[in-house]
Parts: sequence; C-alpha cells; structure tokens
Amino acid sequence: MTFGSYMGRRVLRLEDARLLTGRAPFVDDVDLPGMLHVAFLRSDDAHGLLRSIDASAARHRPGVLAVYTASDLGDYWRPGPLLVPPPPVPGLVFHAATQVPLVRDKVRHCGEPLAMVVAESRYVAEDALEDIVVDVEPLPAVADLEAALLPDAPLVHDQFGTNLAAQVHQRKGDYASAKAAAALVVSRRFHYDRGAAAAIENRGVVASWDARAGELTVWDTTQAPIPIRNGLASMLGLGESHVRVIAPFIGGGFGPKIMMFYPEEVLVPWAAMRLGRPLKWIEDRRENFYATTQERGQIHDAELAMSQDGRILGVRDSFLHDTGAYDPYGLTVPINSQCTLLGPYVVPHYDSEFRAVFTNRPIVTPVRGAGRQHGVFVMERLLDIAARELGIDRVEIRRRNYIQPDAFPYDHEILFQDFRPLVYDSGNYPAALEKAALMIGYEDFVREEQPRLRREGRHVGIGLVSYIEGTGIGPYEGARVTVEPSGMVRVATGVGTQGQGHFTTFAQLVAEQLGVDVASVQVTTGDTRDFNWGTGTFASRGAVVAGSACHAAALKVRAKVLALAAPLLGAQEGDLELRGGRVAVRGSPERGLGLGELARKANPLRGAVTPGTEPGLEATCYFGPDRGNAASGVHAMRVEVDPETAEVKITRYVVVHDCGTVINPMVVEAQVQGGVAHGIGNAFYEQLIFDDNGQLMNASFMDYLLPTALDVPTVELAHIETPSPLNPLGVKGVGEAGAIPTGAAFAQAVEDALAGTGVEITEIPLSPSRLHQLMVRARGGAR
Amino acid sequence: MNAQHPIEVTVNGTRHAREVEPRLLLSDFLRHDLGLTGTHVGCEHGVCGACTILLDGEAVRSCLMFAVQADGHALETVENLATGETLHPIQRAFHEAHALQCGFCTPGILMTLIPFLREHAAPAESEIREALSGHLCRCTGYANIVAAVARAARYGPKAPAADDAR
Repeated sequence: MTFGSYMGRRVLRLEDARLLTGRAPFVDDVDLPGMLHVAFLRSDDAHGLLRSIDASAARHRPGVLAVYTASDLGDYWRPGPLLVPPPPVPGLVFHAATQVPLVRDKVRHCGEPLAMVVAESRYVAEDALEDIVVDVEPLPAVADLEAALLPDAPLVHDQFGTNLAAQVHQRKGDYASAKAAAALVVSRRFHYDRGAAAAIENRGVVASWDARAGELTVWDTTQAPIPIRNGLASMLGLGESHVRVIAPFIGGGFGPKIMMFYPEEVLVPWAAMRLGRPLKWIEDRRENFYATTQERGQIHDAELAMSQDGRILGVRDSFLHDTGAYDPYGLTVPINSQCTLLGPYVVPHYDSEFRAVFTNRPIVTPVRGAGRQHGVFVMERLLDIAARELGIDRVEIRRRNYIQPDAFPYDHEILFQDFRPLVYDSGNYPAALEKAALMIGYEDFVREEQPRLRREGRHVGIGLVSYIEGTGIGPYEGARVTVEPSGMVRVATGVGTQGQGHFTTFAQLVAEQLGVDVASVQVTTGDTRDFNWGTGTFASRGAVVAGSACHAAALKVRAKVLALAAPLLGAQEGDLELRGGRVAVRGSPERGLGLGELARKANPLRGAVTPGTEPGLEATCYFGPDRGNAASGVHAMRVEVDPETAEVKITRYVVVHDCGTVINPMVVEAQVQGGVAHGIGNAFYEQLIFDDNGQLMNASFMDYLLPTALDVPTVELAHIETPSPLNPLGVKGVGEAGAIPTGAAFAQAVEDALAGTGVEITEIPLSPSRLHQLMVRARGGAR
Repeated sequence: MNAQHPIEVTVNGTRHAREVEPRLLLSDFLRHDLGLTGTHVGCEHGVCGACTILLDGEAVRSCLMFAVQADGHALETVENLATGETLHPIQRAFHEAHALQCGFCTPGILMTLIPFLREHAAPAESEIREALSGHLCRCTGYANIVAAVARAARYGPKAPAADDAR
C-alpha cells in the first residue's frame, strides 16, 4: 500500500459485517433495566377544536405509569423552534407556525399527538390509548392547495387571517421583454403530489436519566444528533455536556429524520426525567404515515419563452407549495424548487414567485431531493414541449441551451437555500449529455428502432433530461483524527449516518493521508460524547463538508507525525514518507517508526516539552464552504408502454453523473442506483392520497406502493469528474441526485412512447390507472 | 388477555421455555424477550419483509405470527448465519457486492435467501428478482442485491472462507 492508494478506490465497506450479522445497534435495540414504553394517542381528525380530553380511565389501567396531555406539560409546553429562518429575499412574506408537543386547543392534521401514555409494555400502553376519551369538534379541513387561499377558506392558523405561509418572488432580468421577443411561448400547469420518505426503519427515541450524575442519555433516529442535544439541553435546563445524544445505526433517513423537534423527541426525554425510569418510544408504520414529515405537493403555472432557433429567452413560474400544518423547516423546499428549475441552462430572464400554503396535512420538510425534482420536472417538461412545437430534437434543444464548460463560476443571480447567491462552481454539461445519448443509443433509437417497433404496434419511448443538484452547503462540520498507541486510528465526526458508507469513505480520506490500512481506521459518527460540534446529515453534504473536515484533520495529524519523527529519525521532514502504518526515511524503510509508537512518544509521562507542544497525534479541524456546489447529470431511460393496460416497463436506465472527485465509486454508484429507485417510486408508484377531510387514504405498505426488485432496473452509470474548487477534495454531493430527475425522464419517455396519441404528461406521480385515464381522455379528444 | 401461556421454542439451536401473552408477536418475542435484535421490524403488517426468519427451515414473517404459534418449532434468525467472525457465503456476497446501505432490511432479505438458494442452485435474474420482491429496500435500488444473490449462488453452500469479516 502506498500513499495515494485509497482515493477513487472501490473499498468494501467497513461497517458491513456488523450490519450483516445483526450486531449493529439500532435505536429499537436499546434495552435498559427498568425501561418503560410509550405510545401516543393521535388525532383522527385533520382539523378540529379540542374541547376536552379525559385520561382518568387510562391512568387507572394496571401497568400504566403516567398519561400526559398538554395541560400536564406546564411551562414545558411550547411550539418547536423555527429550524430554518427565511432567506433575505426583498419583499418576502413568511408566517412561522411550528409544531407543538401535544395539541392544546386545536388539531391541525391527522395523527397530531393528543396524549402520551407510559406503561410497562408497549402493548399495555396501546391498550390505554383506547381508554382515553377525546372530544374534538370537527372543523372543515383545508385540504386543497388552491381552495386554501380563497377568501372564505377555513384557517389552519387563525392568527394569520390567511393560509398563506409564505410568498417569495425572485427575479432575474425582465421576463416581459423576453416574452415579447419570443417566437414561441409554452404555458402549462404542472402538478407534483406528495409522497412518503418511507425509510424502512421508523423513528424512535429512547431516553435515560441518571439523576445522581445529572446526565441524560438519548438514543434518537435523527440525522442531526448534535442540534438535538443542544436543543434538549436548552429545553430541559441542562448543560450541553450533561446531555448525550446517540444516533446509532439508522435504518435510512431520506430527509424526515433531519426534522426537529418532533413531539416525541421533546416529550420522551422529559418524561424519562420526571419518572426516573428509562423510556422507549418506537414509531409504528401507521404512525409514520402521519407523524413523520412528508414530501411536498406543488402546483406550477409555468411559461417558457423561446426563440425560433430553440434558445431559451426566459421563464416565468408561479407555484403553490403545500407546507402542511406547520412550517418549521422554513422555505428550504420551495426555494430549492425555485432555484433548481434553472438547471444547467442559460436563462437570461427569470421571474419566479411561490406561495407556500398551510393545509390540514402532515408537515412538509425535505425528502431526498427536497423540492429540486419539482423544478427539474417543470423545466424539462417545458423544454420537451418547446422541442416538439419547434420541431427540434429533444437532445439538441438541451445542447443549445447549456451553460458552457468555460462559463464557471456561473451566477444565476438569485438566492439559494443557503442564503448565498446561486452560483455554480463547475461542471461540464455538454459532455454528460453526449455521453448519456451515446450510452442509451439515442440516435439509433429515434431513427431506426422506435419507428420499426412502432410499425409492429409496440409503444416504445426514450427520455433524456438534465439536472443540477445544489449540494454540500454549509455552515460547517468537524472531525477529530487520533492515532492511538495501538496504531489504530480513530475518526470522530458529528454527522449522523443512515447508510451512506461514512464509516468507509471517511476512513479512506484519513488512510490516504496517514498511509495506514483503511481497516485500521475506526470512524464514529452520531454520538455527541465523541464529537459535539456540527449540524447534521442533509443536502448531500456529508462527503463535502464532513469529508473535507476529516481530510483537514488527517493532514494536520500527518504534519504532526512528520514534525515529531524527523528529529527522532535524524532526517528532514521532506525525506520522510508515511506508508504501511509507519513513518520512515524514503528509500530506507528500516529507519522508521510505527505511528502507534510515535503516538506514545508524543504523550510522555515525565520530562519537559517545548512550550506550545500539543500532546499525542491528534487534530480537530472544521470545514465550512463558502457556498454549496453544483453536482449535475443526465438521466436517460427507455420504456415500453402497454397501450391496453398502461403498464410501463423501464427497459434501460442510463445515468451520467458528475459529483466532482469520486472518493469511492462503489458507494457513489449505489447512492445513484438507490436514488433512481426512489425516483421511480415517485414517478409511478408512490402517492399519498388525502380526501377532502384531510384523511390519508393509504397509510400502509399494502396501499402505498414502494417499488420492488421487479420494478427497478439496474442503472448503467458513467462518471464525469469536474472537481469542485470550493473544497480541497474537489467533491460535490451525491446523496439525492438519483431521485431528482427521474420523474421528468419518466414523463418524457412515456409521452414519447405514446407520441401521436395526444397524451401529454404534466403531472407526477403517475400510476398505471392514472396513465390509463390520460390515454382514454386523449383518445376521446381525438374522436 | 394477560393470561400467560407456556411455550418452548428452539432458536438458533438453543431451547427457550417462556411464558408469554397470547397476543405477543413473534417478532417482539425474538427481539425483546430473547434479545435477538438482528431481526428488524419495519411495518408490522407483513409487507416490508424486514422481520423474516426461518421457521422449520422456511422463511416466514415474524410480525405476522404470534409467539404462541411458534411453540414446538425450530426458528433461525440472522444471528445464526455467521460462524464466529466468519461470514456465511450469502453475507459475504452481500459485503462484496455492496448489497446493503443502511442495512435495516438486510437481515430479513438474508433469511429469505437461505431457503431460496437451497432450492435454486443457479437462479436466473428473473427468479432472483421474484424472490426479492417480497422485501422492501429503500436504499439500494436492489441492483446490488440481485448481483449479490448471483454471487452467493456461485459460491454455493461451501464458500471460500471469508477473510474480511470485520
């Protein structure tokens, strides 16, 4: 093994064995002596006034230790924090209404918690829920995004006098002049409906209070253990160092586990302190459909102004965003939609306004993609329609409008979700397009294969779309790298991990610099005892921000190794090399020391050191990027549609992806493949269906369909690497990329397969039955 | 409801005699009474497959059975696959093919594959996908799982010793 041997390598994952053997601890695996179990009574109504709640029978049930309602919380009852304040956009309107721990006066969505039961077992706790008598006076539900803004609409939050949660207008140039000069203006209305994140592990919280030590320990399925610790300390009046939050192995995050504070996170630790017993609450799947945040419905009225030769002159978009009953996550999701719509294209004039709307539905916060897919869907569909109307090939129209590789940094002149200008750092969009078109055989398909198959009566289609994913935003993350006397290297960082391979990729970054076997690098994440500065895992930023911090800390330890070893070995630092877990004179491996031995020498028990010397071989570093970077890519797929049943078979799926420098291609490719599966679910299987009363009609995996191994093809993937100049590794993020353009590619491919039938797809998700409706409607129109 | 029923089950070769409520799910019995937390619970209505175990050698969903129904039967869970630090061939194949990410659904998938590979020595991809279709995985998009099953089938029941179980 040599220096430089781990970057870009397919290193097999170091965390796998624990997971494969069932030894990896998840939150529900925590078992403490004397532990009690929690269940929540949740509202059956989406909207209503809570008149009374009588828990006396529940309190008397054998095995029940406590029942809490809002009135039992006293001063501890308070709405949650506004997690993300709105960005400084001029003229912005924002009404903050954050979730409450238990409903006090008004129910605002189905599944909102009304009471908390603590019992000897979860079974008894659920029995006791049946004993609680609740009187809710139902109110008409705000269940429709457009109706919500009508003057006579019922109000989710009376104090605002409106269901408008936010209004944001961002402009670049002068769209009216672009429209006046256009040869073609395409206007359409686009719908994108709600889905669930559907991590296979539901949420959970375990809390244990050690009264003698004055210490609270909380196990939480969170993507953000450090902010949870800090917030709990503040709420409970404890010192931050007296609260330890552990996010152990997490069974998938996908966004909702970054939300904070969920009511259960606020209540379980509080009750554990009151009762002096450890408490456990584990969400069940039905609860997950109501109580865990969801992704977002949006309705866009969008317009694209084009020149005769297929150049974008301008885009205007006005959209409604369903934020659900509360808006603790601020405007991250709709601002992502607003920014991501611009994609890899030169859009000289842009006028985009959105209105976020309160509804009596579960809360909306980021889910993998976090609103980006909506923007991509709108822009790519507009381009497809323009291509058709102008008689320009779909690949060609994209080619004509790309930001060119020499145009970076490229400023879109609006603000992104990190409050920084939307400036792309780097990319090579034409190269990705040409590669994807070649890989999927676009030219042959449209010229020869498709016409031939169509003559045989088969409906085959191809879709090819581009996207940008703004990733790797700040503010910062940190890492500590320690060489132990055993020679083992420990890395601690604050971001939680939900399956992304952090234990391996962070180890690769450190092993790269220290010249050690990657298997000797042990990474701990998500335990505030080991590292207590950081923000969390979101926005595809783990490798970018925490990875860069690991890299920086490893470099600093490397420098310490060289400085310490040089005099001991009687050599110049520049003549030393780190390899095989040793530092030695280059060319004379016998003149060297093991790193463990050096670590021992760096921590003497007696004697004097030069003032200013730091003990050990350890360093802590932080990294905060100036702004997020722009990952990008092209997705292409081939489909075949059964004209009778509307069944869609994806026959090939190609991704050309640019996430900058690739640390571990195996991990990156798997992230993309998994994201594509999520995107296919969004496109064709997954839809949360609410009725007019705000009732969720399909709150189970029997009724809410996730794609299975029969539905997801194996993605053919190629990398383009344009290193980001915004961090020393050149990495961009990859976690969400796969899920972002899938719906747009799917719509284009299905529409292409049905070309000539009059079917135009302006909504996601589709389903076989919905597609069938569209086909029947188009046929009727043709008659 | 609270009456206790005596049951006796053999789990991973060890006999356990316990008194349980008739309504206790087998998944909860394994996880919380016996402490075998490698079996995971994702939906408790028999769709996700995370809780799959072997009952007398056949794959079953432990969330759809009561513990009392397992009385007198032999059960096997994911904890029984590896031998010490040596991974079972199917586990090794999953590691080598990067067939898991968060790993939450993985134990159930592994348990489904034990009888599947016993009955399909050289499965076609379509057969593998059919076998996996009773499991939900939100992370991987299944491709690497399909590849891992094909790899495990090539290994057969006597795989080369795994040297990288860590």
